[in-house]
Amino acid sequence: MIALCVTDMNELKPKTTLDMPLSPESRVRGRAVRRFRRGIEWLILALLGSSTGITLLVTAAIIMVLGVETVLFFRQEEVSVGEFFFSLQWNPLLGGEKHFGIWPLLTGTLMISVIGLAVAVPMGLITAIYLSEYAHPKIRAVLKPALELLAGIPTVVYGFFALAFITPLLKWFHEGFNSYNALSAGIAVGILIIPIVSSIAEDAMRAVPNALREGVYGLGGTRFDAAVKVVFPAALSGIVAAVLLAMARAVGETMVVALASGSTPRLAYDPRLETQTMTGFMVQMAMGDVSNFGVEYYSLYAVAATLFVMTFSLTLLGAWVRRRYQEKYE
Amino acid sequence: MNNTAENAIQQNMPRPGTAAADSGAPASSPKTADIAVRVDNFNAWYGEKHALKNISLNVPACRVTALIGPSGCGKSTLLRWINRMNDTIPGARAEGTLSVHGIDVFSPDTDVVELRRRVGIVFQKPNPFPKSIFENVAFGARLHLKLSRSELHGLVEWALKRAALWEEVRDRLHHSALSLSGGQQQRLCIARAIAVGPEVLLMDEPCSALDPKSTAAIEDLIWDLSEQYTIVIVTHNMQQASRVSDITAFMYLGELLEVGETDQVFQNPAHPQTRDYITGRFG
Amino acid sequence: MNGESRLSLHPLLADPEGLRARLRPVAGRHRKERIFYFLCLAVSGMAVLILAALFGAITLMGIATFSWKFLTAPPSPAAEESGMYPAIMGSVWVVLLAMLTALPLGTASAILLEEYRPRSPLMRRIQHIIELNITNLAGVPSVVYGILGLTVFVYMFPLFDGTGKPVREWGVVYYDQFYNEADTVLLVPVNTLDAPPVQPKTGMLAFDADFHPVNLQVIGEDDPWPEDPERARVTLRETDMGGRISEKTWYYFCLPFGRGVLAGALTLGLVILPTIIIAAREALRAVPDSLREGAFALGASRWQTIYRVTLPAALPGIMTGSILAMSRAIGEAAPLIMISGIVFLTNPPRHLMDDFTVMPLQIFNWAQRPQTDFHALAASGIIVLLAILLVFNSIALLIRQRYQKPLS
Repeated sequence: MIALCVTDMNELKPKTTLDMPLSPESRVRGRAVRRFRRGIEWLILALLGSSTGITLLVTAAIIMVLGVETVLFFRQEEVSVGEFFFSLQWNPLLGGEKHFGIWPLLTGTLMISVIGLAVAVPMGLITAIYLSEYAHPKIRAVLKPALELLAGIPTVVYGFFALAFITPLLKWFHEGFNSYNALSAGIAVGILIIPIVSSIAEDAMRAVPNALREGVYGLGGTRFDAAVKVVFPAALSGIVAAVLLAMARAVGETMVVALASGSTPRLAYDPRLETQTMTGFMVQMAMGDVSNFGVEYYSLYAVAATLFVMTFSLTLLGAWVRRRYQEKYE
Repeated sequence: MNNTAENAIQQNMPRPGTAAADSGAPASSPKTADIAVRVDNFNAWYGEKHALKNISLNVPACRVTALIGPSGCGKSTLLRWINRMNDTIPGARAEGTLSVHGIDVFSPDTDVVELRRRVGIVFQKPNPFPKSIFENVAFGARLHLKLSRSELHGLVEWALKRAALWEEVRDRLHHSALSLSGGQQQRLCIARAIAVGPEVLLMDEPCSALDPKSTAAIEDLIWDLSEQYTIVIVTHNMQQASRVSDITAFMYLGELLEVGETDQVFQNPAHPQTRDYITGRFG
Repeated sequence: MNGESRLSLHPLLADPEGLRARLRPVAGRHRKERIFYFLCLAVSGMAVLILAALFGAITLMGIATFSWKFLTAPPSPAAEESGMYPAIMGSVWVVLLAMLTALPLGTASAILLEEYRPRSPLMRRIQHIIELNITNLAGVPSVVYGILGLTVFVYMFPLFDGTGKPVREWGVVYYDQFYNEADTVLLVPVNTLDAPPVQPKTGMLAFDADFHPVNLQVIGEDDPWPEDPERARVTLRETDMGGRISEKTWYYFCLPFGRGVLAGALTLGLVILPTIIIAAREALRAVPDSLREGAFALGASRWQTIYRVTLPAALPGIMTGSILAMSRAIGEAAPLIMISGIVFLTNPPRHLMDDFTVMPLQIFNWAQRPQTDFHALAASGIIVLLAILLVFNSIALLIRQRYQKPLS
């Protein structure tokens, strides 16, 4: 890290020669000043470098902590890698027979993420098209801050909103809804990620050069033709990135599911019922007083590791897709 | 000054070089002295700025009309009003008469979508869509016309041939249009424009972003296209105006100072400003 | 000019009647355009509608229990008595400490990444990896940071036994506390929390309730109780048993950190670090290069240029970004629930190692209870939280508006 900019340090060497002859003392003094200044520059560079290094350290620490503890989890007698990936039961806490199959948590997570995306992707993308292609500056001046506000609201608030507003509404429509259910949490997660989808997609569509829109209008195209047939496809990679990043966010969303979706891990696809996600399980563990060494405790790390691998791949993929589209129009 | 302009058009001298006897010319593009675009007492503004002042100009059909003049003289503005491209610019407005083949451009009955189909435009910088070459040409045709697959293919092939691009791209119709060179991209944009069946083609400095060789190819093409299409071209390049156009109009500070047969304007300009400009004293 | 075929019009386009027959009706296309426009408008309006519903519902639910007392009282098992004072103070502690760690680190990283552009391919590769890494850190779910903080800060896992109990301590004294028959409190200091219970003996170092040293007198189990009240005040029987208490100073510090304020703040600092780096980088990038070149031309070194020219110019942007990162930190609950769990506290934190709760956790605590009384409290808590966020965002907006213009 510290050596990141070695080449740049050459700039600090004096390059000019002085016309006036200098006395030997002042020459010595000048050299000392220069050496001092160079020392300071190096010191600062080292400080900046070690600060930056911390970011790498954090990633390394996450991977190491999750890795080591997950290995310890699989070393426990009650659990095996095979069971973790193939057993269809997750039952680490209650007495009796314990089961450590990740599938119920994984499907719970996926179900809520998919519901969230089903809400956020159409809404976010249409909002992005509206903002980028249609919106009058006055409407934009209302809509943009509203979206920023939505993005800035703490997730625990959305959790409460789901529990105290969306769920009663769902129950009013249909009696089969449990007080804790996947649909309510999924909708709240969807609302939460609308601003992510809309802002990244809007950026991508705004990056499409105006000349392309003019091209469509010049051919006798309508705004609809320009937006849907040219701008949208041209921004597709940015839009895909937006969806991937939103999905990463949905998978990792914690407080909403902890409040609204309940705590019964089940391998079922009925969104009216209680479901537990990976993050929901982690909160449940944190709230209870679980000992620091039992297999239940280590299962926390195994679940966290699974979650991390999922979101890490999604963000990595999203960043990669996004980078590619940026090259295209620069 | 507008008198000079109109008088010059009235004389309507035959175009040198090309045979006017293209017998098979269909009804939609008669090789006659029809007026394709009529501009009368036309004013335009960008916000507070008076960009076009009392312009009156008749553009003859199936001829190349060049608009020349120093930067900011309003020639692009005039061009972009002919098919109402300026609609999209906030604060742009216009008054006066502007008609294309007898259809009032600003009439509420005139549909801008249909107008732009009949009055195509090619821009300064080639702007192919980030799609395949085929899709680029098919794009406008799909917007306006109900066509079978084979008809669409035929139309695309014809447009590419007409734009003198077919031979270069016939083997890679489904490659990205962005892989073409600048000159090829501009010819693709012309193919795209003619595929929807326009009568008038507007060209806004179509060669200013191209190298000399590509420019020559485009100029040949313009000359060629004027058999069936009325072409209005904005150019900065005096040689280009004299090479490709039949009629030249000189604009200065939002006013139309002089219009006439290209040879006449270049050899014997009536207005001192025109003379100064074409001899390169300012510009 | 290459023959008739090239010059002619396409048969489809040449025949005006045929062409007209094949034209898509313009009215239909305009209808499609209008429908799409209204769809866009409606869907975009939904965002505003949802926001309104959210604010409306929460205000309706929470306004009744919202009062001055709610802000100043501790939580209580009785809903009508409850307040969120300890949570507010906990948020202040945790968020300020988190900013204190993340802001210098984040700004330093941003400076390195923006102002020291490496030239060698290897270094560029490293910079690219760091940038990608920061993007990824921004995408790591905050609950995973909670797990990291739990292991690294709370337990300091590889270094200590993993129970989270303090192993090394500073700024704390433990006492055995005795009540004698004269109903006065006497304190005898002991070394550690786990030291064996004190057997009172005459002459032992001891303190009264105000921590003044006293001359401890110990008498036998059956000895008569002294008459003199002064003497009775400092007398214990040798069979008296004390209770272990601790007296922690404001600078109390221990290793590992345990489930305290410091562990929470450091974890939260890591959560917002990527946000701050990204915001600070954007602010630095917005500084025109001409400013830097001007400074270099005057003979300023790289750091002098950064410190005197670039950083001051980027400061409003960095501040805006930091305030937004701070509002994120205020609302963050998931990582802190991993650190502190759900605790019932009636006091705000007193030192870095003290137990804490924060506003979002208090809200979560109330919201997850089945009784609707507590839901109203949660809504009131949300009103407080949103009001604070609104103030922060307004400040950020103000700074942005005031300082952004002259730069760009």
